[in-house]
Amino acid sequence: MTVRAGSKAGADGAAAAASAVTATSSAMATGQDPGYGPGQGQGHTPAPRRWQRFSPLVRLGRFAVYLGSVAAIVWSLRTIEVIPEFLYDAPEQTADLFRRMWPFDWPYWEEAIRAALIETFHIATLGTVLALMMAIPLSFLAARNFTRHVGLNWLAQFIFVSSRSVNSLIWALLFVAIFGPGALAGVLSIAFRSIGFIGKLFCEALEEAHPGPIEALTAAGAPRSLVLAKGYWPQVEPAFWSLALLRWDINIRESAVLGLVGAGGIGVALDAALNNLYWDQVGLILAVIFAVVIVTEVVTSWLRARVI
Amino acid sequence: MAARTGSEAAAARLPPSPRVAFAPNWAARAGWVLLALYVVYATGQLEISLDRVIRGLENAQRFLGRMFPPNLEADKLELIRAGIVESLQIAVLATAAGIALSLPLGLAAARNLAPPWLSGAMRVVIAVCRSFHPVIVAILFVKAVGFGALAGVLALIVSTMGFVSKLFAEVVEEMDPGQVEAVRATGAGFLNVLVMGVLPQVMSRFIGLSVYQFDSNLRNSTMVGIVGGGGIGAPLFTAYQRFDYDVVMTILIVIIALILLCEVVSGRVRRVFQ
Amino acid sequence: MSAIRSPAPAAAGGGVLSIRGLQKAYRPGQPVLRGIDLEIAGTGLTAIIGPSGTGKSTLLRCVNRLVEPSAGQILFEGQDLARLKGRALRLARRRIGMVFQEYNLVERLTVIENVLCGRLGHVAPWRALLRRYPQSDVDHAFDLLQAVGLDESYANRRADQLSGGQRQRVGIARALMQRPGLVLADEPTSSLDPKTSVEVMALMADLSRQHAIPIVVNIHNVELARRHAERIIGLSGGAVVYDGGPDGLHDEHLKSIYGGEDWL
Repeated sequence: MTVRAGSKAGADGAAAAASAVTATSSAMATGQDPGYGPGQGQGHTPAPRRWQRFSPLVRLGRFAVYLGSVAAIVWSLRTIEVIPEFLYDAPEQTADLFRRMWPFDWPYWEEAIRAALIETFHIATLGTVLALMMAIPLSFLAARNFTRHVGLNWLAQFIFVSSRSVNSLIWALLFVAIFGPGALAGVLSIAFRSIGFIGKLFCEALEEAHPGPIEALTAAGAPRSLVLAKGYWPQVEPAFWSLALLRWDINIRESAVLGLVGAGGIGVALDAALNNLYWDQVGLILAVIFAVVIVTEVVTSWLRARVI
Repeated sequence: MAARTGSEAAAARLPPSPRVAFAPNWAARAGWVLLALYVVYATGQLEISLDRVIRGLENAQRFLGRMFPPNLEADKLELIRAGIVESLQIAVLATAAGIALSLPLGLAAARNLAPPWLSGAMRVVIAVCRSFHPVIVAILFVKAVGFGALAGVLALIVSTMGFVSKLFAEVVEEMDPGQVEAVRATGAGFLNVLVMGVLPQVMSRFIGLSVYQFDSNLRNSTMVGIVGGGGIGAPLFTAYQRFDYDVVMTILIVIIALILLCEVVSGRVRRVFQ
Repeated sequence: MSAIRSPAPAAAGGGVLSIRGLQKAYRPGQPVLRGIDLEIAGTGLTAIIGPSGTGKSTLLRCVNRLVEPSAGQILFEGQDLARLKGRALRLARRRIGMVFQEYNLVERLTVIENVLCGRLGHVAPWRALLRRYPQSDVDHAFDLLQAVGLDESYANRRADQLSGGQRQRVGIARALMQRPGLVLADEPTSSLDPKTSVEVMALMADLSRQHAIPIVVNIHNVELARRHAERIIGLSGGAVVYDGGPDGLHDEHLKSIYGGEDWL
């Protein structure tokens, strides 16, 4: 049993018992006899054995992180602007909000929501498919065991970081400006945002691939394309499907809000309802989104369980 | 040897049926065909035509032309600096508070620690937190607490809780009961069992989770401003609506650089804590 | 120490591998192989024995260029393997099969597909991708499976469902699928239990004779080498210190190879 010495335990029975066990087991772990040292027989008191879990450099690093985190929190608390009047008002406002949302504007479903929901689904799915087609080749470029050109590795990783850093909503702004409002902008936003997510994780899966079979196929004289197809691909295939399903799930959620900036889907209906302050429509839309997300998550969890 | 009958002789002359290495996988083939058909169908439904794409590409050229060179005027940079700082603050507070609140929530949702009625209810709460995009939550909070960073922080706290408590509950459910038993056997009270038995197992995953969540919140904090939740999203949206695309470009570059920097720092932090 | 040589058995058939002056240093000034000169021909097993770290694996991997030699020539079927690059190297590798200690099968593929992977250097890529291998290759694969002692019921099992010994048999079948002129086996029995090790060594010795292909085996276990190999090469300190038949391998040879006496 390895009980790690926690410094926060305080002085009572559990801690004392635990640290006694730790001292003995750690002494045994270092290969020393707990009670006897070279000088023991002659009546010298042995130097106290000190056990440290981490080297000094690591301890310094950990301390720096703790300190930094606390400092960041304190700084943020002090400088963030909060308008107190709004805060006091909050419960009343929230109650008002929920009052206005219920009952839902049920007819609105037929009017606008159903079609918009289907459009959202298409945007999410097409966006995911497009992202997979673009990200997978880039992942092979980024994987250091497949592409041994450091420049290409870095380029691909940079593309991934940029794609991930820009939020899908911001991508939507850009694509609406270029392609005009509508689902096209939505699909491209989803795709461009997902490239980074898929690319990074797929690249990690590639780099974790067992080199043994790769070596065997190379030694047998297989061309690179077949080493890829028969050596790498079978190993990363489960990760691919798992990733595709995961990102599709997330994209359903993302697609729902792109319409707020005009990129199609149910967000457009939401935006219209918000602008008109039709809170009962807003309520219905939110409920629908909630239901869709839950269903999607259940379906993808079930599928992912089957794949793995 | 007796003479063979006609049919036996005929059978003997047929070549043996070839041995097959791979049975055709009809399910997989059908799946791919369906996918291809769906893509064509959906593209049509969304009215995405090659024509639109090409026109858009011409537009894109003009657009990119207006984005470069990025705008580096002093007053704009000051606005951007303020916005980025606020985004950072939002991310820090949302991560800290979100994780702090996720700990009890996650523990209460763990089926091996909490009674079923409690864990069930908490799981519903977590599901609600996860289902809504931070932007939507931000809109609601803006209505409740007004414009500004507070709405953004609260929105991101909700999304953090949705993610972290679920993972946390899973980690607690997967933990080794042996170590907890051992500590309990020394006669420790509940809190000590928690600290000495449960926490050591989950600590390193916890750090990784926190770091990941900070990254995620930083990314989300850049956009809650679009709907009034503070941070760099507001100046970004303003510049966008005014067609000041070169300012937009500057902001994007700053965001990407910031996230890159944070990823590097996160990597270091994670290594220190391994 | 000068090499102790006993008369080697006569060569017969198979490709001839000629290693001349092979040197390899992973770090400059610390050579792992110090000028190896060897001729491998004929059928049957040639066992290379020697302590860990003495370059047995390096020697084998230099032959098919999984490791880059620092100097020397490796002549095989009229080409110097040490000089080949790119496509020429890939084509030459098709003529050399390899069996690995960790089997190195593609776990998620079926047994028969793993065996067919031996032909990847020969079939057109589209055939391999669509799994439409030529029927002659498919037949040969089934025949090889039988030859290594696995019946047809194994063909469609996933490789990760097999035991260690069975996986190694598939590995051997895959190597032979290439119709090679030479097979290299890098510690093929080190991950197997004693009984299976004997079976695999016997299998390789049999196949070597049947198909007239020389097989060079790295091995730790001197007894196994003695029982199944026709020729034993002892490596120590990066040089050949014994080259002869199993009968000529006496205790003083083993001492010079491995050092120390206690283990004898």
